[in-house]
Amino acid sequence: MSMKIFAAKALFFSLGFLLLMSLLAQHGCSEPRSKKAVYVLVDTSGTYSKQFDKVQTVLRYLLGSLQPGESLALARIDSESFNEKDIVARMTFDLRPSMANAQKRAFLESVEAFGKNIKSSKYTDITGGILQAIEYLNETRATEKHILIFSDLKEEIKKGQVRNFPISFDGTHVVAVNVTKLKSDNVDPREYQKRLEQWSERVEQGGGDWKMINDLNHLSQIIE
Amino acid sequence: MTFDFWTNLIEGQVELSLLIWACLLVIVMYIARQPAHQMILVLARSLRNALRLMARSVMLAEKQLRSRNREVLLAQGQEHAERFIEREFQRVETLVNRDLSGYPSLQRDLKEQITRIDEDYVQSSEVPPKPPEWLKAVEAVADIPDNGSPVVAKILNDIHTTLKKALETDLQEYRRANRERHGLLKKMMPYWRSLTNSLNSVERKITGLEQRSIIIDSQMQGYEDIRNHTDYAERMLSSSSLTQFFISGLALCLAVIGMYVNFQLVALPMEEMVGAASYLGSSNIRASDVSALFIISIEVILGLFLMESVGVTQLFPVIHLLEDHKRRMIFWIMLSFLFIFAGIEASLAYMRDMLASDREALSQLLTGVEVAEPPLRWIPSLGQMIMGFILPFVLTFVAIPLESFIHSFRTVSGLFIVWLLHMLVVVIRFIANLVFGVGKMLMSFYDLVIFIPLKIESGFIKNKSDKKDDKISGVLTHQQEVGEDS
Repeated sequence: MSMKIFAAKALFFSLGFLLLMSLLAQHGCSEPRSKKAVYVLVDTSGTYSKQFDKVQTVLRYLLGSLQPGESLALARIDSESFNEKDIVARMTFDLRPSMANAQKRAFLESVEAFGKNIKSSKYTDITGGILQAIEYLNETRATEKHILIFSDLKEEIKKGQVRNFPISFDGTHVVAVNVTKLKSDNVDPREYQKRLEQWSERVEQGGGDWKMINDLNHLSQIIE
Repeated sequence: MTFDFWTNLIEGQVELSLLIWACLLVIVMYIARQPAHQMILVLARSLRNALRLMARSVMLAEKQLRSRNREVLLAQGQEHAERFIEREFQRVETLVNRDLSGYPSLQRDLKEQITRIDEDYVQSSEVPPKPPEWLKAVEAVADIPDNGSPVVAKILNDIHTTLKKALETDLQEYRRANRERHGLLKKMMPYWRSLTNSLNSVERKITGLEQRSIIIDSQMQGYEDIRNHTDYAERMLSSSSLTQFFISGLALCLAVIGMYVNFQLVALPMEEMVGAASYLGSSNIRASDVSALFIISIEVILGLFLMESVGVTQLFPVIHLLEDHKRRMIFWIMLSFLFIFAGIEASLAYMRDMLASDREALSQLLTGVEVAEPPLRWIPSLGQMIMGFILPFVLTFVAIPLESFIHSFRTVSGLFIVWLLHMLVVVIRFIANLVFGVGKMLMSFYDLVIFIPLKIESGFIKNKSDKKDDKISGVLTHQQEVGEDS
């Protein structure tokens, strides 16, 4: 009889433990354990604006990969990119999967609407866009921060704009996607190499991580 | 001391140096042979004795455990047999209450039927017709000599006619009476049938009781065996316990699979409630999974209490000892809760289907593929809902194999530990013998190393004993010669 009582007690203790864990789950830990935030920068200068279909492909992949609680933003790079107005869409997905799915649909609609009305900009303020991205990513308190840059990486700024200073990336992963080659790069390919090296150096000096992906068949490598 | 020290005892003569050292070693070993042998022997014996002691204590523990297992097994068997016999007596009581409670009325009916039959039988008995009183007068008249008188002949003829008429009347009367008797006997037939049916029914009831009494007899025999602590009872209980262990283990495995299916139905919709990306502290355990497990655990607990309140299991003596109306109350409360949880689970299962469809639609939208909704989409939804509703009730029955498993596990674990201890004894004894054998082997090896001085020693002793024998035989010969001379 004592064994039976012991077994019954053991059973109840284990079930009680489960109950405690579930209570902890309800109240003690509502924050995601690992949280990603992705900021996508799209160059809208004359040479690059025709590449938006590739941006859409990557954004669709990201919408499918990101989990509830994670964040995604899309912003354009124009003449003055350090500006909240350049953010096309930004969302931190709800913890409830149904709501997160609805948000993803809304995000996709925003992206498609933006894709139809891209206005070409005269200058390309990449640094300003990156600064805006870092600010947004820090606000999300994500554990993994990614900046995706769709650009030829040739920065052209207005006269008087100061962009020549070090940036603190603080562990942010910067991925240059689909870096196109300019006509001048064909004349002297070293220019292309030099541009890439400059950006890579600038990111790594600022404590970031630099990566370049030109083949969109390897989408899984973007935010691995 | 380096290797060179041993090899350069004589400069440049490595082999010779080694040989000298070997000779020295052999000499030292020869001198120290007896104490070395004693030391090896003492060491081997000590180790063997220590191991034997250890084996004995393990054997003692095994014996105690075996005796404890036996007590547990017999106590369990006794309890089980008592429960079984009690249940059989309850069945007999039910039978007696149900069937034999109507016995007085049945007896009354039977008596009435028998009385009626008896009355009818008495009425139907054949009464022989009495001879007519005037027969003697007729005989006297018939003896009158007619002497050819026509008057006498006429009288006789009249008498004859009268007699014939009287006979016909009697015959008709007799036939009528017989018809009546047959009619009465015919009326008796339904009573006979009714009586036969009543007696058949009594026979059936008595047979049912007889069968129960046979079962009770065999159980009582087993119970007596258990009470007398016979080996047969122990063997039977042990075998039964092992069978129970495996069967209940299998049933529990199936129940775990059922719980897993249940978990899969609940886990996804729980993400909607506690968040899909919430984890338990810094662990990898998802909060939604824990919540789903909690719901299933609650259902299992409710099932356990339900079974306990019905009296199917006896895991909680507190519930078992409660009064009947309280247990009935617990039963209805648990059943109501189970219904509520089954309803919740059915709705969660439906929600799961909706979420899965939504997720699928989104992934199709993102990949740019337009796929039409499959026909009869409602069938899996309905199936999931039904499963969600039924599974909590199915899980209720987990209590039965669980109780059997707990009961049998106690015995089986005891048997397993006894087997382990037995194996330990065998191993310890083997090591003890091995140690002693190694000691003896070491002594032989020792002698093998110093076999040259040993051979010389034996040769010397043999020589010495031969000389001694010669001396003795010489003395004896001399004495013989002296004796012969004298």
